[in-house]
Amino acid sequence: MIRKIALSALTAFGLSAGGAFAAGEAGHITDYDFSFEGPFGTYDQMQLQRGLQVYTEICSACHGLQYVSFRALGYEGGPDLPDDQVRAYAEFYEVFDEELDDFRPATPTDYFPQSSLENAPDLSLMAKARAGFHGPYGLGLNQLFKGMGGPEYIASLLTGYTGEEKEEAGAVLYENEAYPGTYLAMGQPLWGDDVLYEDGTEATIEQQAKDVAAFLMWTAEPQLNARKESGFIAVLFLTVLSVLLYLTNKRIWAPIKKGKAGTTPAE
Amino acid sequence: MAGIPHDHYEPQSSGEKWLHRRLPIVGLLYDTLMIPTPKNLNWMWIWGIVLTFCLALQIVTGIVLVMHYTPDTSLAFASVEHIMRDVNGGYMLRYLHMNGASLFFIAVYAHIFRGLYYGSYKEPREVTWIIGILIYVLMMGTAFMGYVLPWGQMSFWGATVITGLFGAIPFVGDTLQTWLLGGPAVDNYTLTRFFSLHYLLPFLIAGLVIVHIWAFHTTGNNNPTGVEVRRGSKEEAAKDTLPFWPYYVIKDLFALAVILAVFFAIVGFMPNYLGHPDNYIEANPLVTPAHIVPEWYFLPFYAILRAFDGEVWVVIAANWITGGIIDAKFFGVLAMFGAIAVMALAPWLDTSSVRSGRYRPMFKWWFWLLVVDFFVLMWVGAMPAEGIYPYIALLGSAYWFAYFLVILPLLGVIEKPLPQPETIEADFEAHKSKTGGTKTVVSPTPAE
Repeated sequence: MIRKIALSALTAFGLSAGGAFAAGEAGHITDYDFSFEGPFGTYDQMQLQRGLQVYTEICSACHGLQYVSFRALGYEGGPDLPDDQVRAYAEFYEVFDEELDDFRPATPTDYFPQSSLENAPDLSLMAKARAGFHGPYGLGLNQLFKGMGGPEYIASLLTGYTGEEKEEAGAVLYENEAYPGTYLAMGQPLWGDDVLYEDGTEATIEQQAKDVAAFLMWTAEPQLNARKESGFIAVLFLTVLSVLLYLTNKRIWAPIKKGKAGTTPAE
Repeated sequence: MAGIPHDHYEPQSSGEKWLHRRLPIVGLLYDTLMIPTPKNLNWMWIWGIVLTFCLALQIVTGIVLVMHYTPDTSLAFASVEHIMRDVNGGYMLRYLHMNGASLFFIAVYAHIFRGLYYGSYKEPREVTWIIGILIYVLMMGTAFMGYVLPWGQMSFWGATVITGLFGAIPFVGDTLQTWLLGGPAVDNYTLTRFFSLHYLLPFLIAGLVIVHIWAFHTTGNNNPTGVEVRRGSKEEAAKDTLPFWPYYVIKDLFALAVILAVFFAIVGFMPNYLGHPDNYIEANPLVTPAHIVPEWYFLPFYAILRAFDGEVWVVIAANWITGGIIDAKFFGVLAMFGAIAVMALAPWLDTSSVRSGRYRPMFKWWFWLLVVDFFVLMWVGAMPAEGIYPYIALLGSAYWFAYFLVILPLLGVIEKPLPQPETIEADFEAHKSKTGGTKTVVSPTPAE
């Protein structure tokens, strides 16, 4: 099922990036299937919970989620944790309270901390910020027809390490076939069985990568389920309205179109 | 309102008469709504209502978004995320506003090209046309400043690139750029003034829209034949026209509902498709994105801007003649604004006495080539300026100017137009009989 697709879009990215990326090197993004793809796709609650676990135990060592509140973990259409679990989860974190002028355990109304490592980007919006797979001719076709976007990129990146490394300007860079510039500063974070899933799912590299990618899609677009639902209702309503207006229009115009030349319509 | 003779509002009840003597507002509304409209308008005449809807949508969603947005560089990005996550229905408001801008531009381009094909800019509708172009220019300014407000990477770098254009103007450029930005570079003072103007300009647009409607209600609508409505008498005019209500109100609303169904499918299922992913990264003056691209609706003119680099002979010539005052950068800026200016001058550049492209056999080809050219420029504007792309952009830009400055004036002289129908009524009847055969299914209820 896994198709390896070379994305010409990334060629364009790489080409225009100048010195930063070597010219012509495209990342290989796997078109993973996610439950939230397509007009009717929604988040898989269990997957989001597994992804949260991967984030908490692995990613959060360096990366933050500054735009995500703890209480959002309890929202419908998200990981949907029960209130007591949200509260318990928040207490793992310490936040700085300006009123106390001291650190205190976080409450559900607080936000996830920022990245603790300076060059580790915040992950809140990563799934949307890395959705630039424009495909041939820059028309966004891969995104449109294959539904490829940020989560595919994240999962591909996490599974894309080759094991090669090189040293450049005193820093170790790791080879990754999904990364547009091939070598990146983040070392391989997932090796398999990095977490112990409570629901018994086997924690392979790929499974963990997909779970955390799905979770990060949720952090980037927490309202996805509600948005699609609204979209569906709006389209349905407008379709019915269009049909009614079409019939009204036809009926109003019928006497004009049938009427003899010059007759003014009866009012 | 002057124009086509028709029945005016007559107050009936004593209450109406009382009000009418003091403020004829009901009469104004009546005359606006019942305005005689050519009976042969086709589906390209629906964009006006779509545009009016877009303006209302943008103003309403915008006003609510402002209630939750913070125009400060340290908070702007976070406040947009706050809208997306914590404000009830906030994500929908923002996606409607974001994609509403795209719908606005799709409609305005369809509206403009409709006008170009059917000669809607020609005498006596020049003023309507000029005001329309002004509205379009204001729309571009508003959209550009609105795109800066989320303070993402593309917001910041787009603002840097575009305001940099003003710096290319000789002598006053630097001062002008500083004045626009409020300081030496894009920063908080830029954000706050863009925010203020982004709120102000839509109301100027709304004012101009009223003038635009007033102007074409004075001259009467153009129509697919370009033949004027007969104005000899009320009866004669009535043969060529129908009152706007209910015939065109219902027709326009039907078209609007279909367009909105597609619009809501985009908002609901792929709201970020037309945006740039980099704008979900907070602005960082220290990191330049690999590829700075404006929003899709600016791309054709962005392509024209970039097309004229220092190796194009006209640029070299202009540089030499002006003694270096016009360099490649300034030439590009002139070309970009010139591309819109030539459009505004179309009423005087087009020498043909025939209004509608329907009766102009040669014009048609050149017109459709212009449409293709527009899309080619849009595509090439999104491509990096290297390899073959600059040549395509140059060719496309050259055609854009050639169409307005050479082809339109020449065609009027060399083209032999086809015969036009005598009246709108004749065209309507002819058109009806063509499709009349299939229309018999309609129940034969007479007018009720």
